[in-house]
Formats: sequence, C-alpha cells, structure tokens
Amino acid sequence: MPAARKIRVLIAKPGLDSHDRGAKIVARALRDSGMEVIYTGLRQTPEQIVETTLQEDVDVVGLSILSGAHTTLFPKIMKLLKNEGIDDVLVFAGGIIPQEDIPALKRIGIKEIFGPGTPTGTLVKFVQENAKRKK
Amino acid sequence: MAQIEQLTKGVLKGHRRSIAKAITLIENNEPDARKIVSKLYPKTGNAHVIGVTGPTGSGKSTLIEKLIRELRKRGKTVGVVAVDPTSPFTGGAFLGDRVRMQEHSTDEGVFIRSMATRNALGGLAKTTNDVIQVLDASGKDIVIVETVGAGQSEVEIVRIAHTVLVVLAPGLGDDIQAIKAGIMEIGDIFVVNKADRENANKAVSDIQAMLEMNTERTGWKPSVLKTTALTGEGITELLARTDEHKDYLKMGALETSRKEKVKSELAEAIKQKIAESMIEDLKRTGDWEELTQKILARETDPYTAADTLLEKAKRNQQRTRCNG
Amino acid sequence: MFDKRKLANIQEENEKWDKTTLPIWTRNHPERKSNFHTTSEIPIRRLYTPGDVGDLDYLKDSGFPGEFPFTRGLHATMYRGRLWTMRQFSGFGTAEQTNQRFKYLLKEGETGLSIAFDYPTIMGYDSDHPMSTGEVGQCGVAVSSLKDMEVLFDGIPLNRVSTSMTINGPAAMLLAMYVAIGDKQGVSRNKLNGTTQNDNLKEFFAQKLCIFPPKPALKLSTDIIEYCARHLPSWNPVSISGYHIREAGSNAVQELAFTLADGIAYVESTLERGLKVDEFAPRLSFFFASHNDFFEEIAKFRAARRIWAKVMKDRFNAQNPRSLWMRMHVQTSGCTLTAQQPVNNIMRVAFQSLAAVLGGTQSLHTNSFDEALALPCEDAVRVALRTQQLIAYESGVTDTIDPLGGSYYTEYLTNEMEDRAMRYIDRVDAMGGVASAIEKGFFQKEIADSAYKYQKEIERKQRTLVGVNDYTVERDWIPCKLLRVHPTVEEEQISKLQKMKKERDNKKVNEALDKLHNDADKERNLMPAIIEAVKAYATLGEITEVLRNVFGEYCELIVV
Repeated sequence: MPAARKIRVLIAKPGLDSHDRGAKIVARALRDSGMEVIYTGLRQTPEQIVETTLQEDVDVVGLSILSGAHTTLFPKIMKLLKNEGIDDVLVFAGGIIPQEDIPALKRIGIKEIFGPGTPTGTLVKFVQENAKRKK
Repeated sequence: MAQIEQLTKGVLKGHRRSIAKAITLIENNEPDARKIVSKLYPKTGNAHVIGVTGPTGSGKSTLIEKLIRELRKRGKTVGVVAVDPTSPFTGGAFLGDRVRMQEHSTDEGVFIRSMATRNALGGLAKTTNDVIQVLDASGKDIVIVETVGAGQSEVEIVRIAHTVLVVLAPGLGDDIQAIKAGIMEIGDIFVVNKADRENANKAVSDIQAMLEMNTERTGWKPSVLKTTALTGEGITELLARTDEHKDYLKMGALETSRKEKVKSELAEAIKQKIAESMIEDLKRTGDWEELTQKILARETDPYTAADTLLEKAKRNQQRTRCNG
Repeated sequence: MFDKRKLANIQEENEKWDKTTLPIWTRNHPERKSNFHTTSEIPIRRLYTPGDVGDLDYLKDSGFPGEFPFTRGLHATMYRGRLWTMRQFSGFGTAEQTNQRFKYLLKEGETGLSIAFDYPTIMGYDSDHPMSTGEVGQCGVAVSSLKDMEVLFDGIPLNRVSTSMTINGPAAMLLAMYVAIGDKQGVSRNKLNGTTQNDNLKEFFAQKLCIFPPKPALKLSTDIIEYCARHLPSWNPVSISGYHIREAGSNAVQELAFTLADGIAYVESTLERGLKVDEFAPRLSFFFASHNDFFEEIAKFRAARRIWAKVMKDRFNAQNPRSLWMRMHVQTSGCTLTAQQPVNNIMRVAFQSLAAVLGGTQSLHTNSFDEALALPCEDAVRVALRTQQLIAYESGVTDTIDPLGGSYYTEYLTNEMEDRAMRYIDRVDAMGGVASAIEKGFFQKEIADSAYKYQKEIERKQRTLVGVNDYTVERDWIPCKLLRVHPTVEEEQISKLQKMKKERDNKKVNEALDKLHNDADKERNLMPAIIEAVKAYATLGEITEVLRNVFGEYCELIVV
C-alpha cells in the first residue's frame, strides 16, 4: 500500500543575500506541519536551484530574497524551470519585494509573494492548498 | 504502462528527470515503483555502494563532498542518497545534508537525492535499496548513502551497502568508548575526521583497540584512517582503502555477501507482500478492527491474535484447495 | 547600599502591600497578562524596590563615570562634554550617488560616516563577476577598486571625518583603499580615524557573509588588529558585533553574551600573535542593536560595559585604563521595523535610540522608517537623523550622566543581564571557546530557537506587533517615494571597471598579486601586500581570488 504522501518543499536563497532568519523560520514551520523541507543554503545560482528542484522532485519551491536582486534572478529561475519542462511545481516567494514588482512576478509564474509580517500559518495553509500533487 | 516504460528507459539513459521521478514513486511506495525496479534489476550490479554513517557533528556531509570532488576528478560518476530523520511528532523532516554538496548540484555526473526516513520501521532499508538500484541502473559508478547516524538505520545500512564507512570525530562530547558496540561490528573502514584536533591520534588508537577486541570478525580487517574533510587531507587514502575493499569483495566475499543480501531481500519482500495482502483481507472482512478492539480490551494480545489469524488463513487455504 | 534595618523594614511593608492593597485592587482589576517577561525571558516583577538591589555596592558595582567598572559611563562628562557620534549607515548605487548621500547627511548634521557596501563588494566579487548579476549597487555602494573609493570620498577630507566601514571578509582590502586615499590626500596615517567591522567570527553564525573558513578568517581579522596597533593608531580595527546576532533572532542576553565571547576570542587570538594586551585593546570597539524592550536594552548596555571592564582587568590583566573601555556603536533594530504602517517605525526608532542614549552609547545609527520596504529615501533618512538631534537637544536627557542609574528596576536588570550573560560565556568557555562552539552549532541553535519562539509569540498574539497582528489598517500610508536603484548602475559599473583594467599598469598588478600570494602562503601579515595591490589598482575581486586560492572557501553548518 502506498506510503503517506509527503509534500516536498525546496526553500532556496538565490543570489548573495545572506539574511536567512525568515527562510529558516518558514522551513521549520513547514516541517512542523508535516512536510519534507530541503534547504539549499545561501548563495544559490538560478542553475543550482533549478537543478535541485529537478533532482529532489519537489512539489513546491519557496524563494527567499531581501537584496533587491529578484528582478534579475526570479525571471532567470522561472525560465530555467520552463526549459527543463518542470511545470508541476508551485513557486512562491518572500522577503523584501516591492509591491510594484509583484504583478510582473506573478505573470512569470510565481503564485504568491509574501511580505514581512506574514504569519507562518498563512504560508503553511497556502502550501497545503496549492501544492500540485504529482501525477 | 507508458509511464513505466518511459521512466525505465529514461533511467537507463541517465536522464535526471526520469531518475528523480522514479525515486519519488519508490518513496511513495507506488505500485509502478515495483515494476520499474523489477525492470531495472537486470541492469544493476555495477555501482560500488558506499554507506556513510556516524554521529551528528562528525562531518559526514563535508567528507562526502570531498569524496565526490575527488571521484569526479577521476572521471567517476556519483549518486548520493542523503537520509535524514522524520519527526515522529510532526511527520515532517528537515533535509539539510544537501547544503554541503550544493557545489556539485550542477555537475551532470552527480545526482543527489535527499530522503526522509518517514518512520518506515525496517522498510527504510528496502526503500533506500530500491533508490540505490535506480542510481546504479542509471550508470553511476559509485553510490554514496549517508544515513542519520543514530539508531536502527545505522545498522540497516550493512544490508544496503557494499562498503560501510563509520565517521567519527574526536571530542564530540561522547568518548569513543561510548560508541555503541553495534557500529564497531558493521564498519569496514573507520574514519577519524577533524583529525587536526588534539585527541585525534588517541581516537584512532582507541578504535583500533576496540576492533582488536572483536575477535569474531573474519575476513576483511577494518582499517582506521584520519581525515580532515575541511581541507581534504586523507581523502585519497580513504578512496584507496574503499577501492581495496571493493577488490576484496570482488574476490568472492561479494558473492557471499550478495547471496546473504539477496536471501534477506527475498525474505523481506515475501514478508511484506504477505503482510500487506493479509492485512488488506482482514480490513475487508472486518477482522482487523475486531481484533484491534479485542487487543485494546486486553481480551487477547497481538501475538495470539496473529497465531489465530494464521490458523484461520491456513484453514481457508485448505478449504479452497479442497473445493478447487 | 541600604541600611540593613531599613531594608528589612521595607521588605516587611512590601509583603504587607502584597497581601493587602494589591489583592484588594486586583480582585476587580486583573492584570493584562499572567506573565510578564523581557525578550530574554527575564521575569518582570510588578514593582521593584530597594529590596531588589539590597546587595548593590555602589562603589564596586556602579562607580563613577570614567572609572572602573564604567557602568555609569565611559567618560567623566559623557554627553555634557561631547554628544555621541551621529553616524548613519549609508550606501547605494554608484560611488557618485553615495558620495552625494554622504554630503547630504553631513550637511544635515551627521557627525560621522558609515559605509554600506553592496553584496558583491561584501563577498569580494567585482561588479562584473557572474555572482554579481542583479546585485550591483542594490543593498549598498559598489566598490570594485580604489578608483571607486576615490569617487566615494571625493571632496571629503579624511583628516576631518571618521569613517566606519561595515565590511568583514574583505575588510583588509577596503581598509587598504582608505589608507591609499589618505596617503593621496596627504593625511598622516596616524590621523586616519574610523572603524572596520572586521568581525569574521560572527559571520559564521549570524550575518553569514563568510568568504574563507574559520581559521584563515580569524587570521585576517587579527592581521588587521595587529597592523593597526603598529601603524594606524587612530583606527578601530574591529567592531565586535552583537547587532547581527540580534537581527538573526537572538534575545538580548544572547546578543550580549555571544558578542562578549567573540571579543574574548579576538583578544586571545591577538595575544597569540605576540602582542601585549595594552597594545591593542584600547582600540577594540563594539556594535550592538537597540531593540524594543526599553529597559532591557538600557540594562544591556550598562552590563556590557561592566562585564568587559572586568574581563579585561581580571581575565587579561590589562593595565592601561583605556584597555578596559567598552566603546560601542549602536544601531536601532532593523528587524523590529514593519512594512505595515511604516510611519510607526519613526516612533519605534525614537524609543530605541532613546534607550541607546540612556544606555550611554558612543555612536548611534537610527533606521529610516521606510527600511522594511527599501533603502532609505532622502526624506526618511533626514527624519532618522532628526530623531537623534531631538534627543540630543530637546529632551534634556543629555544634561546629566546615566540618569537611570539608581532606578531599582534598572540596577536589578543590569545585574540580571550580567549574571545571565556570564553563564553563557562560561558555557562557551567550557566548550573550548567560540570556534568550537561554532563548530558544534551552539550559537546557531540558540539563535534559531529564539527566532522561532519570537515568531510563534507574535502568531499566538502573546506579543503584540502594532500594525501587524493588531491595529491593522486596510489602506496604508507612506509619505515618501521609495528608493529604487536603477538597473543601469550595473552596466555603468561594469564598463567603468573594464576601462580601468585597460588603463592600469597590469604588470604592476600581477606583481602585487604574486607578492600577496607569497605572503599568504608564508602566513605573513597581509596588510602591507594588500595596500600595495590596492594602490596598483588591483580589483577587490582579484585580491579576494588570490586569498580564496590560498585559504579556500567556506560553507555554513546549517541549524534550523
């Protein structure tokens, strides 16, 4: 009989931003809600993040960035995911991302952006409800 | 059927996505997983499987990263399975071993997969074994399995790996003496990592002394090596030793140990299949719930209940045979 | 400090009060919570009386400003003589843009400079490095070579300012650039005034901007301390930081303890070099956060001075009174700022800076109200600066020294902070020091646990965060346009860099880099070679690459 399905989440820190307090809290909250969380560590290139997504076959990718480099790095990541044919992964982001950038990010496929002050409960619920189940 | 064919083909070609998907099916114990593993089985047996175990803080991940680096330099392809514990309370897991190896994540010759134990009592070995088969079939020369380093899974690794490395570090808080006896018996190579520390040499001699006391062990004589994973010191010697062990195994010990492994794999597979099928039946007939209640009420105990069921099952079988 | 009999009498009356006046009131007016405590879990009593500080020995524990143990202040006249330095951390975009911001702030009354570098610079990458894509000038100013530094200080005479540089891994390179500019301007090296953060230890468990592994990182930090002791006597080679530890999620006691533990490690490391403690200790400086709990922060600053003075005197046997000084810079806490109702941040910063002043800081940076959303815009940073000026000139708190000294609560809490911090320091010592503790993941775990706990308190509404988990609004308001760094900054920087590389004497550069490599191999003090390389216009990235080749790189131990 099939084992209990777990939601596998990748929490990634793209670019040089070293603020990981939030990323770690999110990782912990997701783990405490029963998910398997893979953390990439700091200073990941878009290539590393996408490759990890592929190898770990995760259901969800959370991108944490506070440095303002999201305008360059997020489109790169989304493009690489597309190139690899990865279309069944929920992508969300958090950190310091100006309101005015959000529509463009949603258009490239980032489902939701969570700003400072977002309760972890909100995040957990979001992931539980939106994680695409693998075929 | 199409999926199975596609994935099997993909794995044999070394396609990362197929490997990843196949592993997911195995982790989730999907019925397709069995079929894929069966199809891949004939193509396995080429990879050298190295198990790495040891307490937290011994530097296993850093050591593995250096091993990968060195192996890649030699043109070998590497698969890594990094196992971390699932929390018995939340059911979740934090899989952080990959962080140390991220430099290799974009190397096509390396495939890294993080796995949680998912509290699969005894089943972990089977799942991990199947995952190893996939990596083996995909053409990886070496498959490294990094385990939790505590409890049951440490010992299970013997059933999975060809060569077992036990990684320790001096001054971790617990004395070498405190290392459980079980570990001393399963290690083929003992690595004292963080060898730049003061008491490294003492740790080495302590381990050697303990190994000498174990007179039961025949065949391969376990070695004790020093490494400083952070700088890469000792890595070439370590790989030389693992190669030696591989050669030793190839000379015959491999066949013997493989036979043992196969026997235990078969026994496990049978056990699991029978248990699954029986429990399914019992759930259908309502006996499962009934017995559970009886045990809870202390009217019977699990072992007696199992005996009763087995009797019942045998009688059912005979009846069917007679009727058939 | 109090007459024993009078104290006993007060205790008696206090107990009476506990049993009579109090319960009569609380029967119909229960308290807001069942449990009051500081961020460090120190229980807060409803009332503090002489009984709580009965053991206080004024002369031993408080003393007089300018004298051991310095609890009440480092200097005899404190702010009556000289106000703290108003030093706003600034930097974004190109060196030109930041140079403008510096001049603006100096005009508006700041009294010290503080440079914020962008991520590539902090990590030792030039603006044209692949890892720098998208990051150039975003979180600070891009400095890839001496050329950029020259533009940064254009029109700013180094003999008239003091400059703090928040830089760790490549601190030696940035310091070398500053020295090179001073040389060009004709300023005597003795007169170069400023600070390099250069606290590589905390990078491993708090700020995480580590380039090299622990041993070489500590070596580099010590190289700078040694070099300054001998050649740059007015420079503070290190700013031993608690700010980042706090921002990463620790509580006040942990911030205090871990910072002091780091301080002890730096002293030990420098002593191992062969220097005498009094040769370098007077120039060690510290950097703390000022967080929300007003009184806890004040107690923290006072306890910090007292503990350090004792450590230097008793543990390290310092003879020079200046070696016992804990000179500190404080920054109001970034992580307490909210993106919701940003104007509220002005008040948060006001309370936090008041605490820093009442705590006796030597230097202060106040955050701008828009910093949970972006880098500070001009209007916001002016408001932040005015906050300091209001405290300095209008509030009256600077007219006497340590006005909260003698407050029963303040003295009690100062003692508590000291006791609890010392317990942590003892634990670190038992682990074999900071380096071992880092390896064991000790700090990382304490910080991660505190951070998670704090978050949970907010989510369970055990801790109110105005505007976030209570008093929220539908439509928000921000009275200024958020700063955005134009993406063309990156292209600009890259072309400037290419141009410079063509125009410089590349032979000289290579010779300088070779010499550096040699010195690094031979474990010499690297400052002289780095100064030479910088003057030849070797880039930051080129120099860091040499060191990466010799020392290797480092990845953190993850503890969640």
